[in-house]
Amino acid sequence: MSFFEVDGLVKYFGGLAAVNGVSFNVREGEIFGLIGPNGSGKTTIFNCITSYYPPTRGSVRFKGKEITGLKTHRICRLGVVRTFQLVKPLGRMTVLDNVIAAAFCRGSGKREARETAMATLEFCGLAHRRRAQAGSLPIGERKRLEITRAMATQPELLLLDETAAGLNPSELDAAMELIRRIRGRGVTIIIVEHIMKVIMSVSDRIHAINFGQTLAEGTPREVADNPSVIEAYLGEENAQG
Amino acid sequence: MTMGAERPMRNPSSGTAWGQGPWIGPGILLVALILFPLVVRNAYYQHLLILVLMWVVIGSGWNVIAGYTGQVSFGDAAFFGTGAYTAGLFASKLGISSWWAMALGGFTAMAVAFPFGWICFRLRGAYFALASLALNEVMRHVATIWESLTQGMVGILIVQTYVSKVPYYYIALALAVVSVAGIRMVVASKWGYYFLSIREDQDVAESLGIDTHFYKMISLNIAAFLTGMAGALYMNYMGFIDPEVVFSLHDISIMAILVGIVGGVGTIYGPVVGAFVMVAVHEFFRTGFFGLFKLLAAATGSAMVETAASYVAQAHVLGFGVLVVLVIRLLPNGIVGDWKKIAGRGVRPGSQGVGQ
Repeated sequence: MSFFEVDGLVKYFGGLAAVNGVSFNVREGEIFGLIGPNGSGKTTIFNCITSYYPPTRGSVRFKGKEITGLKTHRICRLGVVRTFQLVKPLGRMTVLDNVIAAAFCRGSGKREARETAMATLEFCGLAHRRRAQAGSLPIGERKRLEITRAMATQPELLLLDETAAGLNPSELDAAMELIRRIRGRGVTIIIVEHIMKVIMSVSDRIHAINFGQTLAEGTPREVADNPSVIEAYLGEENAQG
Repeated sequence: MTMGAERPMRNPSSGTAWGQGPWIGPGILLVALILFPLVVRNAYYQHLLILVLMWVVIGSGWNVIAGYTGQVSFGDAAFFGTGAYTAGLFASKLGISSWWAMALGGFTAMAVAFPFGWICFRLRGAYFALASLALNEVMRHVATIWESLTQGMVGILIVQTYVSKVPYYYIALALAVVSVAGIRMVVASKWGYYFLSIREDQDVAESLGIDTHFYKMISLNIAAFLTGMAGALYMNYMGFIDPEVVFSLHDISIMAILVGIVGGVGTIYGPVVGAFVMVAVHEFFRTGFFGLFKLLAAATGSAMVETAASYVAQAHVLGFGVLVVLVIRLLPNGIVGDWKKIAGRGVRPGSQGVGQ
């Protein structure tokens, strides 16, 4: 039994196969990168895993339990939580209230939820902004709030959807450091990312897709050297060289 | 996604979502309300305050589902009328005191809210609002057509328990205080956080483990319960109802929205302030600007002014419309939500705009 398993995932939108038979296993405690050019189906995979829409075919198993088709909030309570590529702060609530709302996930009382929220804010380095209106945060902190909120639900598996996009170089380093620290807490991570520097350096293993299908899987080095991956990213001519 | 999310961003400096204001203001108001019927013996003013208190209850209920949870309801009259008819039918059909129906009115309103919410909370934003509007009209038609039960347009007449208005006043006051205090508690709890999260973004709420359908149901049922109780109170107090009165779209459902918007959506005391303002505005139009037009007509002897007076009395819906435009333009967060703005520098149109 693997920790997390996506098996033969297919998702059609009308006649278009956004995801067409993707399978992968994620081991407990690893950082698993999911890469692919624009429109290759990465976010669709996340949406299928967290049941924003049902997959056309295929199944998703978490710790041996079938989670395909469960409601999104049930999946979160089982310990699988995602962040959004287009950040979605609960705008007219404070940063702290955003995180408290998430912290109630573990069935705790208000005081406990508040403590969890404060601890998570400290951990993610956003405590100093806790009184700010979430909608007023700049993009870097909004991305951080996405992660903080997800972490406050105390997940076992965290799905990060392009958390590094739009960050400046120093924010980028901080984000990578945070991702590593989250893993250090024993949280398994699946990360979708466009910025190669980030995904290559934080991932233990990488799964590359294009047009909704698997291209390659392996260590960052192996995937980076894989001709079909290079072709997908850079075009056919470069792949030869 | 929700209607709430489409509204302008709240000014960060304005009051918190919890309405954690000092207790002094509400405390003084409460004492004044307790003393009011002892000081003011005039039955007309007592009547107006009973209406205000009833609207505090309805407006607070609407505020839970629309203000805090972001599911704008245009169908509060469905719950209000159900509560009123529960009380009326109890008295007229079963001969049981309609006061028993005060509590029951809340539950029958929930019985309407439950299947409605179960089905219609699959809809979001404006679509849900339209569905609630339809519920309003469906209930009104049922009450009109089902004559064997409701006596249709003939309406239901019961004998009022008290001649004096004072007992009704204190019952209304108790109901209003319990509503506001209860909502204050609910909103400060886990439910409150969940309601707000749903208002701000349902997808995020789901992703954080919040069963959005379930909590929208809870929110709607709180609103329906309070509104149904208010309806039952209305039946007891007025002694007469018919479908056009208690299932009225503009006099109940729209009025409930106005109480919320004028006072301040998503604030604890907003509906309290809104109820005072809206009952006053309603009365202002109903009496033809407090009798100003009648006076003018008498003074000038002009038939035109007299005609105008009768039109003005019926023009309150138009007046409401103008008021809403003004409130949204000048005080997008309502009187309570924008209190700092009002207190700080007076109302300056367009200067401190929406959204920061």
